[in-house]
Amino acid sequence: MKVELTGIHKSFGTNHVLKGIDLAVDEHQVVCLIGPSGCGKSTLLRTINLLEKIDEGEVRLDGLLISGAGVDANSVRQRIGIVFQSYNLFPHMSVLKNLTLGPIKASGIPRPEAEAKAIDLLERFGLGDKVQEYPDRLSGGQQQRAAIVRALVGDPEVLLLDEITSALDPELVGEVLSVIRELATRGLTMVLATHEMGFARDVANRVVFMDAGRVVEAGPPDQVLRKPTQARTQQFLKRVIQGGRLSQ
Amino acid sequence: MTADRRDTQPVSSDARPVPPSILGNYFSQEGAKGALVAFFSTLGFFLLAIVIIGRSENWPAVQRSFFNWDIIVDSFPKVWEGFRTNVWMFLIGQVAIMALALVIAMMRSLKGPAFFPLRLLAIVYIDFFRGIPIILGLYLFGFGVPALRLTGVPGSAAFWGLLVVVLSYSAYTAEVYRSGIDAVPDSQRLSAASLGLTQFQALRYAVLPQAIRNVIPALLNGFVSLQKDVALLAVLGVREAVREAQIASGRDFNYSPYIAATLLFLAISVPSARFADWYTARDRARRSQGVG
Ligand SMILES: Nc1ncnc2c1ncn2[C@@H]1O[C@H](COP(=O)(O)OP(=O)(O)OP(=O)(O)O)[C@@H](O)[C@H]1O
Ligand SMILES: [Mg+2]
Repeated sequence: MKVELTGIHKSFGTNHVLKGIDLAVDEHQVVCLIGPSGCGKSTLLRTINLLEKIDEGEVRLDGLLISGAGVDANSVRQRIGIVFQSYNLFPHMSVLKNLTLGPIKASGIPRPEAEAKAIDLLERFGLGDKVQEYPDRLSGGQQQRAAIVRALVGDPEVLLLDEITSALDPELVGEVLSVIRELATRGLTMVLATHEMGFARDVANRVVFMDAGRVVEAGPPDQVLRKPTQARTQQFLKRVIQGGRLSQ
Repeated sequence: MTADRRDTQPVSSDARPVPPSILGNYFSQEGAKGALVAFFSTLGFFLLAIVIIGRSENWPAVQRSFFNWDIIVDSFPKVWEGFRTNVWMFLIGQVAIMALALVIAMMRSLKGPAFFPLRLLAIVYIDFFRGIPIILGLYLFGFGVPALRLTGVPGSAAFWGLLVVVLSYSAYTAEVYRSGIDAVPDSQRLSAASLGLTQFQALRYAVLPQAIRNVIPALLNGFVSLQKDVALLAVLGVREAVREAQIASGRDFNYSPYIAATLLFLAISVPSARFADWYTARDRARRSQGVG
């Protein structure tokens, strides 16, 4: 599914967070959003599945306008999965209940079917023994994977991933990233915000550098990450390299 | 089910707090020596009180009119019968309050312009019923509505009186629920919405279960005060414990039946209050261990 954002503006009170964002993601593409903390990556991801009401601009899925009035946001969200920066699993539900809530309540899939599918996915993600566990009994990496499975279990056509590796130790980062890579090869359209430049270089078809609510530079990873043309991008990457997040 | 899970949470032995006792920490703070001190100072305090009261000139008269054992015993069956009315009134009342208050709190928590009328309705309701004294509501509804003699409408004062108490308590209890709802991070609602759940479903499945757990202690405390406030229906002539005591007292020109009623109320409210405190302490201990 193709995602198009045009001229997106969003303010929180007087804080003008998104200042006219244009972004097109083709079907089966993986786009990485990079940029300094607070530049609006998470907010932008949330506008795609209509969790943030935008002040101006358009969001289209396969050419269909979804940001206007009269659109059933709930049915749009069933086609777009999102994994939040802080997982946001439901603490009062087992992993299985977390996973099946959406399919059962929003899509009306019968419980046995939803559970079978969830268990199958959990096993593939190495969480087969955590089906009945509660989120606070899982490690950070396991919670992260459970959140990814929750976003996948409804068969979304687009997957939005927000800094899914930021809270993980390096060993787990590899594990989660290989999962994402596999999803990419299976042709899922993905938009992800990340601070992992190495990962962005590996998995992305396109890298978008944002700063202060604007897209500064976008292009293939090799170009944006190795030969950025904008001074602001160069400056950002230099600091990232110093921070050890990208090896040249 | 969740309780089982929490009970099996491994806790390192040095971090395990003292399990809350049903008496709170009246005695548990300083061990055996503390308990002895507490015991003797309590005993001393009460002895002193008895001596001072007993030496008062009017004590014999007061004793006769309040603590006449024979009259207490005589009036007890009637007061007890009245008290059974109190019990079913506060049980039915509590169930109705928890349900109605939840509906109001949910109405008030829905976001977006489409739900403005519901929010407004909830706010007007809460402001109105928190704004008038229960006793005034009792007079207006309890005497007013039955006097209209409407057909198809219950004419009993007990019905309308209990309804007033329920409506009034629901206004307060709705605010209790709302504080619990507000304490659940917004990200939970967002997370539910991202799965395609409607706003109502997000409240129902993701937010409310967590919110209600947050406010159980406050709900228990509300229940304790409801137990006593249903006695206000005595002003409508409902034959509950206080009204029966009033009647018996008028017959004998003696206040001792009120003592019978007092003992009955205490027999229910003290254990309830202890339970509420115990539950609150246990809940707090669990939270401070970071369990759920
Ligand atoms: N719900 C909200 N209410 C008010 N302000 C918000 C909200 N969400 C985000 N903001 C503000 O919007 C700006 C952008 O935040 P956002 O989370 O999109 O940044 P980000 O690029 O994802 O940063 P990070 O890399 O740290 O995750 C920040 O100034 C933040 O304070
Ligand atoms: Mg972010």
